[in-house]
Amino acid sequence: MNKLNLNRNKILACRNYSKSIAGELQQLIDKNTTISVERSILRLFGVDGVDKAGLPYPNILAERMKEAGVLQYGAANVMASTMVQNRKNLKETVSLLASGKIKPVYTADKRNKQVVNKLAEYGISRVEKARKDRAKLQVKNPTGKGPWFYLIVATGNIYEDVKQARSAALNGANCIAVIRSTAQSLMDYVPYGATTTGFGGTYATQENFRIMRKALDEMSVKLGRYIYLVNYCSGLCMCEIAAMGAMERLDMMLNDSMYGIIFRDINMYRTFVDQHFSRMINTQAGIIINTGEDNYLTTADAVKQAHTVLASEFINERLAKNAGMPEKLMGLGHAFEINPDIKNSFLLELAQAQMVREIFPNSPIKYMPPTKHITGDIFKAHVVDSMFNLASVATNQSIHLLGILTEGIHTPFIQDRYLSIESAKYVMNAARDMSTEITFKKNGLIQKRANEVLDKALKMLGKIKKEGLLNALERGYFADIKRPRNGGKGLEGVIEKADGYSNPFEEKWGKK
Amino acid sequence: MSKLIKPYGDKLNDGMVQLSFTLPVKADLAEEAAKSLALKMGLADPHTVYHKDIGEGFTFVVVYGKSTHSVDVSKLKITKVVEEWMGLDEVNEFAKKNFKRKIVVVGACIESDAHTVGIDAILNMKGFSGDYGFERYSAFKVYNMGAQVPCEELIKKAKEVILISQIVTQQNIHLHNLTKLIDMIEAEELREKFLVIVGGPSINNKFAKELGYDAGFGRGTLPSHVATYLVKKVLSRIGKAKSKRKAVKKI
Repeated sequence: MNKLNLNRNKILACRNYSKSIAGELQQLIDKNTTISVERSILRLFGVDGVDKAGLPYPNILAERMKEAGVLQYGAANVMASTMVQNRKNLKETVSLLASGKIKPVYTADKRNKQVVNKLAEYGISRVEKARKDRAKLQVKNPTGKGPWFYLIVATGNIYEDVKQARSAALNGANCIAVIRSTAQSLMDYVPYGATTTGFGGTYATQENFRIMRKALDEMSVKLGRYIYLVNYCSGLCMCEIAAMGAMERLDMMLNDSMYGIIFRDINMYRTFVDQHFSRMINTQAGIIINTGEDNYLTTADAVKQAHTVLASEFINERLAKNAGMPEKLMGLGHAFEINPDIKNSFLLELAQAQMVREIFPNSPIKYMPPTKHITGDIFKAHVVDSMFNLASVATNQSIHLLGILTEGIHTPFIQDRYLSIESAKYVMNAARDMSTEITFKKNGLIQKRANEVLDKALKMLGKIKKEGLLNALERGYFADIKRPRNGGKGLEGVIEKADGYSNPFEEKWGKK
Repeated sequence: MSKLIKPYGDKLNDGMVQLSFTLPVKADLAEEAAKSLALKMGLADPHTVYHKDIGEGFTFVVVYGKSTHSVDVSKLKITKVVEEWMGLDEVNEFAKKNFKRKIVVVGACIESDAHTVGIDAILNMKGFSGDYGFERYSAFKVYNMGAQVPCEELIKKAKEVILISQIVTQQNIHLHNLTKLIDMIEAEELREKFLVIVGGPSINNKFAKELGYDAGFGRGTLPSHVATYLVKKVLSRIGKAKSKRKAVKKI
């Protein structure tokens, strides 16, 4: 497929730059762990639940280990050492540690390894089971060819979300994303249990995952097509959400290597270490990640800054590869955000969408709808969304987040979602085979535009390679937002690994 | 002179209104239920022109009716923030003429609000819709504190102008956040010191004033709008402060 006459050598050069950008970063990632990585290891051992004050046990234990000055050996080693020294099982040890009756210890004991491996079986087998269950369900209930309709529910109440999700699935949704409660990305713990009181969304909790999974499994079987469950593997608890989602069989996770740094002011060391382990977990669980490049265009101009999206996609791709992720799980993101008042804006959108499709042919590309230029005129929004639908089917996008006519007014009502699906169904059926029917004029506006964006992305990646990604982030290369490397939230949770450190999941899953 | 008006379809005061909503009943009941509801809303001759079962026992309807109510527009009061907007150069000129210093503007999304799109549109150099943001103005010194800033921290950082943006979410959390900020400023007896402005898609000036803000900006606001208001207001506050001091001297 080369409808845009893109220069293959330039694409290759972009990949080479990203490889060395990510390679430099990898040294930093390998040297460090984070409190969130360690908490997710505890979760994968089966440590769950909260104390009377509502504090999750993984947090309590990780804090105790940090205070005792042993977390740098890894929660796995410390857990095993403490169990061996006190001759207690996991459950007893968790409760004794939480109540402060025993202190976490680390001893370089040969027996640790065996205990760690035994503990890790819990997570390994649950993740494996989830992956197999999905595969079985998907064989019986195939999702079909994309673009898959991706819809959000965000009532704040998981039981209300279930109703809306079922209605959306019935009307044609393929993927249901439960938007998280405002501010959850900045909470350094994951809430517990079923929740009914989120703001602007519903808390991601393991129980909420289970409730929605069950509802969507029922719908999948009823409708004969597997419904994907989506959540947000980002923020300070990126790895823990990954672990919980992997065990509860989520299918997609928003999981970007830089989004938290740029848009949530989370420390860059913390984010880079966290994204690596979270992607390893997602890979093992067969979870498709969605990257967040669309966000650049909500602050920066979609025409002038289009190349930053492409450059970031190359970086996200390489960092995901470094975590062992296959291309088929990399839902690289972009968006339809060019000002609709610009002449030929639709053609520019086609150029961008086709370009991303061609450069990442094996990735399930995630296409985000217009939001920035949606004004509250719901009727115009519906028309712009229809053009977005057309661009998506014409360029064979994979994951299509449906535009909603009431964007920016409120989180979608049930009828907003219905109208949105109706429009997308019509447009995509009417233009079903458009992507294989059309070619673009040689050296025409569309081809020129795509090549120009590629040129600029190449230049940008070259510059980042020269300066280093951390410096690039400090200098505001993405979305014009500058982040100091020692600033942002969560830096205190970054820990340099000591000799003897071990993460059994990384050792098992990272080998491939 | 009173001037009564109704919605206009194709004849003056025909009262034509279109509604669309969802009812939690199956389609067979929805058509009648929608009509009854429209009548209660004060719409005469309601017609359910479309209804569709959208699953889970919900039905979507489109209803037309004629409003039986009218509004006397001669009695309405609208509060405009300022009469005429100035552009970037004019604002800078105005500031240069009237102030010997830069006006310090501290902006943030407060408490649970993580949506910085609004505050960024006003403050970032780039601005919004071709209208440059505050960082480009020589009149202002800007601190954009970003998302989820606790009210305490914002108040600590603030010098004279506080600019916040607020996105509406469920459970009226935005209302809670907005009143919390004003309450805290008042509790610390700093209300006189600050010019406090709020913006957001569902904010308007009247609403903002009711909550105790100096001004509110809604949908379609450009940075130059807020800038115009700001320099004029700061000037009038200085004027007031001066005349207050004079008044005190006389006594």
